[in-house]
Amino acid sequence: MSKGNGKSLNWVGTRPIRPDGVDKVTGRAKFGADNYKAGMLTGAVLRSPHAHARIKSIDTSKAASLQGVKAIVTGADFPELSSEFIPAGEMMVNYRDMSLNIIARDKVLYDGHAIAAVAATSPSIAAEALALIKVDYEILPHVIDVVEAMKPGAPILHDDLFTDGVDPKPTKASNVAKRIEIKMGDVEDGFAKADVVLEREFNTQPVHQGYIELHACTASVSEDGYAELWCSTQGHFVARAHCARLLGMDISKIRVTSSEIGGGFGGKTVVYLEPLALALSRIACQPVHMVMPRTDLFRATGPTSGANMVIKIGATKDGKITAGEAVLKLQAGAYAGSPVQPAAMCAFAPYDLENVKVVGYDVVTNRPKVAAYRAPGAPISGFAVESLVDELAKKLNIDPVELRLKNAAKEGTRAAYGPKFGPVGLVETLNAVKNTEHYKTKLGPNQGRGVASGFWFNIGGESCATLLLNEDGTIELTVGTPDIGGSRASMAMMAAEELGINMAKIRPRIGDTSTIGYTFLTGGSRATFSSGMAVVQASRSMIDLLRERAAKIWEISVEAVVWEDGQAKPAGSNAGDFEPMSLNDLAKAAGKTGGPIAGHAEINAQGAGPSFGTHLVDVEVDPDTGHVTVLRYTAAQDAGKAIHPAYVEGQIQGGAVQGVGWALNEEYIYSDKGLLENAGFLDYRIPVASDLPMIDAIIVEVPNPTHPYGVRGVGETPIIPPMAAIANAINGATNVRFSQLPMSPPVVLKGMADAQ
Amino acid sequence: MARVVLTGGLLRFTEGEEAFDLDAGTIRQLFRQLAERYPAIEPHLLEGIAVAIDGQIYQDAWLQPIPPDSEVYLMPQIAGG
Repeated sequence: MSKGNGKSLNWVGTRPIRPDGVDKVTGRAKFGADNYKAGMLTGAVLRSPHAHARIKSIDTSKAASLQGVKAIVTGADFPELSSEFIPAGEMMVNYRDMSLNIIARDKVLYDGHAIAAVAATSPSIAAEALALIKVDYEILPHVIDVVEAMKPGAPILHDDLFTDGVDPKPTKASNVAKRIEIKMGDVEDGFAKADVVLEREFNTQPVHQGYIELHACTASVSEDGYAELWCSTQGHFVARAHCARLLGMDISKIRVTSSEIGGGFGGKTVVYLEPLALALSRIACQPVHMVMPRTDLFRATGPTSGANMVIKIGATKDGKITAGEAVLKLQAGAYAGSPVQPAAMCAFAPYDLENVKVVGYDVVTNRPKVAAYRAPGAPISGFAVESLVDELAKKLNIDPVELRLKNAAKEGTRAAYGPKFGPVGLVETLNAVKNTEHYKTKLGPNQGRGVASGFWFNIGGESCATLLLNEDGTIELTVGTPDIGGSRASMAMMAAEELGINMAKIRPRIGDTSTIGYTFLTGGSRATFSSGMAVVQASRSMIDLLRERAAKIWEISVEAVVWEDGQAKPAGSNAGDFEPMSLNDLAKAAGKTGGPIAGHAEINAQGAGPSFGTHLVDVEVDPDTGHVTVLRYTAAQDAGKAIHPAYVEGQIQGGAVQGVGWALNEEYIYSDKGLLENAGFLDYRIPVASDLPMIDAIIVEVPNPTHPYGVRGVGETPIIPPMAAIANAINGATNVRFSQLPMSPPVVLKGMADAQ
Repeated sequence: MARVVLTGGLLRFTEGEEAFDLDAGTIRQLFRQLAERYPAIEPHLLEGIAVAIDGQIYQDAWLQPIPPDSEVYLMPQIAGG
């Protein structure tokens, strides 16, 4: 690929070693828990032992009198906020619910809901203080399951929750926060034209993002009210906005530095400990260090939704899908806000359909409030739709890839949610999978093969980049998106490509909230796209300044100077006979020609290109135990343009692996009292390396025309197809259609037994 | 004139009218005209609405030009994880 000016690429599309690699492998990299300050206190949180209860009283007096306790906060120490969705950067946030989730007021709504926090001079004193806090509860009936929560007579979580999206708006409170609907064409007409109509109910479980690094932060508020916050987050500007609002502070009084991050996957786009640490530090006027134990993390931080779904599709005998219909019920946890909207929008997005109807419900339950998880909602509806598409292929005796190709969305296809697609690569991913040796390999006994596709929008958003030219011609590059998947390398590569210099001359960094302009978080598969776009623009602004300086030195017009191969050169023989000037030459002369040289860009990146992916998996099912072994896995995805192919492959592999866990093992086990019984990685089983084959990643490149290098986001799409692909493979191995997740050994064993 | 199509929950505020022609030069002008036509829709336009112009989705881009004869869809904003 060329840059568009006919020149081949030197850095983009290559695989250099990551700039932060040495720090990561030597232990120098500082993560959320790694910030220590003199006089630092330990913060700890008291959490609800009940799934649903009214707090009649909280007595902190004994804890406060314990020697070494420096601060205690409860809900009473936080401002009461109104229930309204207001902008927080690019997010619409109901800060009342966020505040109540971070620390309960009159009710606790799930096992693990925070009630109070203490800061003490040691972890043991903090733990002792928590034990001295007396909470008097009135235990209330609870509801965990989404279908149960929707039934008349179900325990009501919020007396002021009246279903939105229904006319007239109900006057009786319920657990259904919202009803949504997406409609295109006439599904009844579409089903009437079908030769085959299939309908099936599906259920999925909430699953945690499973990041290895715990939530952790250090907050330090000085006597004059200015605060420093260090935390593991996907977006330190967003964290700053949330904390300021929740604590009633000016944004300018909080400086947030994002640590290195050991996984987030959407789960670190929200705040839990940070406002508590700031509130404690504000009282103690000492730094407060908080790390959330893994048990608390499972009990109180967002998984993604579990769901109950009914899907119906119709098709002609030759495999043309005539209609698709879905009813999606997604549980949101304790407060409204499940990803039912994107689940609905993505459900049928891979297909060119004339008739679609999707109805969705956002339902609260006595579980932790859900948080984003890679392509929020899309993997849930995708599991159901892609399973039924596979069933359709079998019913019609059509190869599942061919059926998808026959119906695949392509450029010009109108998506069910409205607009037409621009250039997209679903067909290319399907053909890539079809043409693999994997797809043609023969299967053995008890083995099956499954295919599924997935779609995610990807987003742009506010992003900033700054390049500073050092005195020796090297460059400091700063962006505002935390580096989760290797984005520092990609940023440096794009800057090196633009400037025509060696990437090793560029040191990429993540700026804190005081060093660069507002930058939305790393999420929505946007960092390489949006911050990359800012880096390209910042590089070009620096090049303009470099040309200007060379023009001044040569005493010619700036139009007569070009930037090529990392040097300023006369544009042609008419411009004059001058020796090219390198970055080093111009850096040395900077002070004498006007001052330091920099480039910067502050943008709201638009034009994100959607990404499609198709996964192919072989499994073997043990007929005696129901255990499913993933034998082989190939995943193809449209990346637009892979800036650093190894990191794109890593995203594809990571998404597939998380999907394997979602498909086969991960679930929350609640007692009949609504208490979580498997709050740890020993009992909540995510896949480990020995569970997995090599995930073969195929990068398809259908360039996104709005990005200078054609980039599409890649981080979210790869978690959408795995659950259905594996279910389809298990169906191939057992001839049993599993419509619930996880397909754990007991479930598979029972399914096989029931089928006999 | 751009062909403007509303989707999902926004239809509740337009007395069922789903599509109409509007002469709006930018997304901000489009929002203003919609709010004048359907006052009840105004707060919802500020609550996370994305605008797709000829298939390209724009979020928080008030000043984005809307070419004449373009197809404009109003849809919920997308976030991500």
